Amino acid sequence: MKQHFDILVIGAGPAGIAAAVRAAESGARVGLLDDNPAPGGQIWRKGAALPAAARDWIAKLDASPVVRLHGWHVFAHPASGVLMAESTAATDREAAELHYDKLVLATGARERFLPFPGWTLPNVMGAGGLDAMVRGGLPISGKRVVVAGTGPLLLAVAAHLAHRGAKVVAICEQAPVGRLAAFSLRLLDQPGKVMQGINYRWASRNARFHTGCWPIAANGQGSLESVTLQRNDQQWDVACDYLACGYHLVPNLELPVLLGCRIQNGFVATDKWQQTSIPGVLCAGEPTGIGGVELAILEGQIAGLAAADRISVASGLVQKRSRFQGFVRALANAVELDPQLRTLPSAETIVCRCEDVPFHVLGGYSSQRDAKLHTRCGMGPCQGRICGAATQFLFGWGADSVRPPVLTASFSSLAAASCAAGHASNDILNQNRKDTHTL
Amino acid sequence: MSEDWDVVVAGAGIVGAACANECVSRGLRTAIVEAGEIGGGATAAGMGHIVVMDDSPAQLALTSYSQGLWRELASRLPASVEYESCGTLWVASDDEEMKEVHRKRALYATVGIASEVLDSRALSEAEPHLSPALAGALLVPSDGVLYPPCAAEFLVREAVRLGAKLYSQFKVISAGNGLVRLNDGTELRAPRIINALGSEASTLVPDLPIRKRKGHLVITDRYPGFVHHQLVELGYLKSAHSIATDSVAFNVQPRKTGQVLLGSSRQFGAEDSTVDYSMVAAMIDRARAFMPEIGTLSAIRIWTGFRAATPDKLPQIGPWQEDPTLFLAAGHEGLGITTSLGTAKVLVDYLMDGETGIPIDPYLPARFVRSEAHA
Amino acid sequence: MPDPSISLLVNGASVSVTPGTTVAAAILMSGPRARISVTGEPRAPLCGMGICFECRATINGFAHRRSCQVLCEPGMDVRTA
Repeated sequence: MKQHFDILVIGAGPAGIAAAVRAAESGARVGLLDDNPAPGGQIWRKGAALPAAARDWIAKLDASPVVRLHGWHVFAHPASGVLMAESTAATDREAAELHYDKLVLATGARERFLPFPGWTLPNVMGAGGLDAMVRGGLPISGKRVVVAGTGPLLLAVAAHLAHRGAKVVAICEQAPVGRLAAFSLRLLDQPGKVMQGINYRWASRNARFHTGCWPIAANGQGSLESVTLQRNDQQWDVACDYLACGYHLVPNLELPVLLGCRIQNGFVATDKWQQTSIPGVLCAGEPTGIGGVELAILEGQIAGLAAADRISVASGLVQKRSRFQGFVRALANAVELDPQLRTLPSAETIVCRCEDVPFHVLGGYSSQRDAKLHTRCGMGPCQGRICGAATQFLFGWGADSVRPPVLTASFSSLAAASCAAGHASNDILNQNRKDTHTL
Repeated sequence: MSEDWDVVVAGAGIVGAACANECVSRGLRTAIVEAGEIGGGATAAGMGHIVVMDDSPAQLALTSYSQGLWRELASRLPASVEYESCGTLWVASDDEEMKEVHRKRALYATVGIASEVLDSRALSEAEPHLSPALAGALLVPSDGVLYPPCAAEFLVREAVRLGAKLYSQFKVISAGNGLVRLNDGTELRAPRIINALGSEASTLVPDLPIRKRKGHLVITDRYPGFVHHQLVELGYLKSAHSIATDSVAFNVQPRKTGQVLLGSSRQFGAEDSTVDYSMVAAMIDRARAFMPEIGTLSAIRIWTGFRAATPDKLPQIGPWQEDPTLFLAAGHEGLGITTSLGTAKVLVDYLMDGETGIPIDPYLPARFVRSEAHA
Repeated sequence: MPDPSISLLVNGASVSVTPGTTVAAAILMSGPRARISVTGEPRAPLCGMGICFECRATINGFAHRRSCQVLCEPGMDVRTA
């Protein structure tokens, strides 16, 4: 498949949907690509009742002429103005060559996972991870769940799981109560967020809410049976069927980095119009700073309008966006990780789940790349998406370079990328091969 | 700060690591300097194929000598090195190439390397995913595969255990006249300095005839049993003319992890590390001609690297004619992993007493000066 | 809740799910794990969003598919290690 778009949007979460809808208003040919089977991203994932804003934007998307590519993931950027994608949903892995004049990256965020003894046991998942699995059909009614980690996602997940009939036995927030109180005060100028928080807490009111508390071990034979929690000097076991544990969010930067976008303080640097350092490439939502749904929608709209050269319309939204800057900072402060979490892994705790690299072999390496080369940490198919954020926190290593394909792709799909690169591979094949090849 | 050593080795790629290990094993007080990660340059980019090759008699001598040294070392290698004596299958497409299989078998026998001719059916049994249309192959069972960065790390750790000093994350600013200067001002004095900087060797020795030759590799997720031997095509022989332009060849390797590593490409004049999808596609198309099912495998990473290529495809091992304290161990092109051990032995033998396990003459850096003078 | 209406095979056993169910969820309904790690540990989905690769399974003969990103279809053949 080969398609051309005036504006191509990558990621169909709130930012991407808003970008695509607004960009299409001008009559531009707009494409919206996402690896999930349906629009909404992680936060508006299908399979549960959606908030009004989600219903509203998805309805606008449905009514728009946006060309939608659900169940596709981008794996390569073979030439300027071209991305290669592969079908995620279909098992036969079709490849698509997508040309664009302007590109909006709305790649969202993922949970940060910190390794602790037992975290590789089945039924230990991310907070958003368990939520996504439940929305994807995993039965949860009557199951005992401990929700842990940090960030606003915990309460939202606990509320949803409780609503679905789960018995949420504990909610553990690593941040101390004082920091959470300060964050709550900061929210007072955003009544919507306060009401949302109150509703979430009410929905999961039967669960114990602990602050300054986290799981130090997941226990079980072959599958999760209980969790050991720690708060100050206290430790206790809680029997449960699932542990939903995520330490807030980290941005999905692989694609922006592959495209060469400048990264500043761990996020994609953008100007007033969501324009990145690469001309014609814009970025919106969590990759520019973790700020939640409302900010993502605003940024997405600005990016979509700017990509469609409708700066005057976008300028009205720029003012609104500035109101969220304080929130982004306050959120980052509230979820700052307790340094004690660095002591969570034992010597034998697996850090890299793809390659089963234990914690104790990683000491003494100077960088992510050094450790990767000599221990295989981050060398597996997830390409360090899970262990990278953990080793960054545990050892202070910076992010490793991004290598294509940014997500796994079949050899056939990789071969298809050459057409996009503007060469015919036959030219090379037909040349003489005198030399023996070894490398 | 100033320190005195018997030998300073610049570069802890596989060749520098092997040289340092050899020096310290022979009682020389040795320092190793590495600016980046151990084995982080061409060593990390390479396939790690331990292979006997016969482009020239000197290449056959050095590769067969080195392959034997790896086999001797094999039992001492830690699991992380992933050494496996999987053997090489030189795959022949037709009868003409089968003639080459027989020629190769006879030639390898002259240097004590046993090999076995497989007909089409035997090849299909050995590698069920290869196309049944292939004519046969030469199996060289003593060839192997390893994971180069950990091999380099092992050699450096061995050297350090025996008393060598590693200057990690230090850059050599200059080397010559018995003096190595590091980026922090440290001065290392030694009557012998070994330049093992690979394609960067000419940063310390101007006008070295070493060029960068870019290569691409692709590795898959784990598919245990998909391929059992290192597979290399013999098809390059069909061409009569040497060429300097881009090329690819079918070259597939089974990793001990169950991953499949696909090579290979060669490009001169491509100095940036960007992935060139036309090269990748050419490699994959070539591979599909030999192994039709390979297209369905999941690739997890593509990378590029630069081989240190010399005009005659042989490394430069020995003294640099303009400075009696400076020695070269560089320019191994695609065979650095294989020939690192042989290079180290030959060079250190030469440094110590002049008696070398195989003749050093074909690898002496002076050969290029001579040929220029005669031209 | 609508009645289960899609039937697929997980390791040869029939599993019925509602439309919209991911293959990862179907795998967990039929057993505790999705794959065996490189050192032999049982593993199951972690992220639920196609990032962690813990839910890889062989679907319709294609190995290493991320089962959390694939929706169940009638007659699908899913195999885990």
